[in-house]
Amino acid sequence: MAEVKNKGGGVQIDLISGDRMAELTSMEKIRMILDGVREGNIVILEEGLSPDEESRLIEVTMTEISPDEFNGIEIETYPRSETKDQSFLDRLMGKESTKKLTVIGPANQIETLHKDETLISALVSRK
Amino acid sequence: MGLITEIRDSISNVVSTLFSAQDPKRIGIYGPPNAGKTTLANRIARDWTGDAVGPESHIPHETRRARRKENVEIERNGKSVRIDIVDTPGVTTKVDYTEFLEHDMEKEDAVRRSREATEGVAEAMHWLREDVDGVIYVLDATEDPFTQVNTMLIGIIESQDLPVLIFANKIDLDEANVRRIENAFPQHETVPLSALEGDNMDEVYDKIADYFG
Ligand SMILES: Nc1nc2c(ncn2[C@@H]2O[C@H](COP(=O)(O)OP(=O)(O)OP(=O)(O)O)[C@@H](O)[C@H]2O)c(=O)[nH]1
Ligand SMILES: [Mg+2]
Repeated sequence: MAEVKNKGGGVQIDLISGDRMAELTSMEKIRMILDGVREGNIVILEEGLSPDEESRLIEVTMTEISPDEFNGIEIETYPRSETKDQSFLDRLMGKESTKKLTVIGPANQIETLHKDETLISALVSRK
Repeated sequence: MGLITEIRDSISNVVSTLFSAQDPKRIGIYGPPNAGKTTLANRIARDWTGDAVGPESHIPHETRRARRKENVEIERNGKSVRIDIVDTPGVTTKVDYTEFLEHDMEKEDAVRRSREATEGVAEAMHWLREDVDGVIYVLDATEDPFTQVNTMLIGIIESQDLPVLIFANKIDLDEANVRRIENAFPQHETVPLSALEGDNMDEVYDKIADYFG
């Protein structure tokens, strides 16, 4: 997704805005995330994915894992606390609040060091 | 009786015979690898049908294909509920075959195990969206429940409006901490048990009958 190619062997981070994601279909979002992660990038979503999209992300990730090449993903979000208080009507209308910062990276390069309701701390290593 | 009421009644009769007593509810047993899902599925199947569902193992990803035991009839307080139990592969977002090498496995077998595991998890996710009527979410009570996979899976289950019970398994072990699980998912009922030792199975069957009957 980046125009400038990552030559120095550093770690590329893609911060994707909620507006950018809103234009995409579920499969396009998943494709964009996995394409980035498979290149070794850390993908940060301003607004996260819906539960259904998360379930598809796991499914597609599984179909792409291959030995010595791609081990899958590490994904972290703050705990979804809003769903508890959400009214039945909101859910009926599909107004699911999915606005939660989400960090996704290649499983072999990212390690979660600490996580609680308000802080995610991760260690990212080079390829 | 008016024609409309009559039609409505006969439709609702057809609907209820189609969907109530006839169709056992399909209950998916989900949870992270190694939580004891198959041990639980086997215990339920053995208690009520006499035979088992599949092999259990301390090596993660022992179950790599969803396995179904149909028509398990559980009797509770003079009532009986019929369910199909589906034992699923442990859900994860990553599989690294080299971890299986630590369990004395040849590379070829480890690679095959990891490929089967990924196919199984993909299938289990698909089932969760399309094919289950309720979920038993099994956690190893000696492990931290506050993981991303658990949070995501519970979120996915909630978004489908499926009835869900959380089972805090392995309470026979000293390090088991049921309270930690209750705190992690306060919006759901947590049932403590040992699938291996058969501890607290009465409550397990009461809750299954309550939630999925
Ligand atoms: N102490 C104890 N061990 C248990 C209990 N339930 C399961 N185990 C053990 O935990 C290990 C994993 O059990 P399984 O039933 O294979 O776990 P699973 O969730 O089906 O695992 P996967 O299919 O790999 O996802 C085995 O060694 C079991 O004997 C329990 O209640 N207490
Ligand atoms: Mg199993």
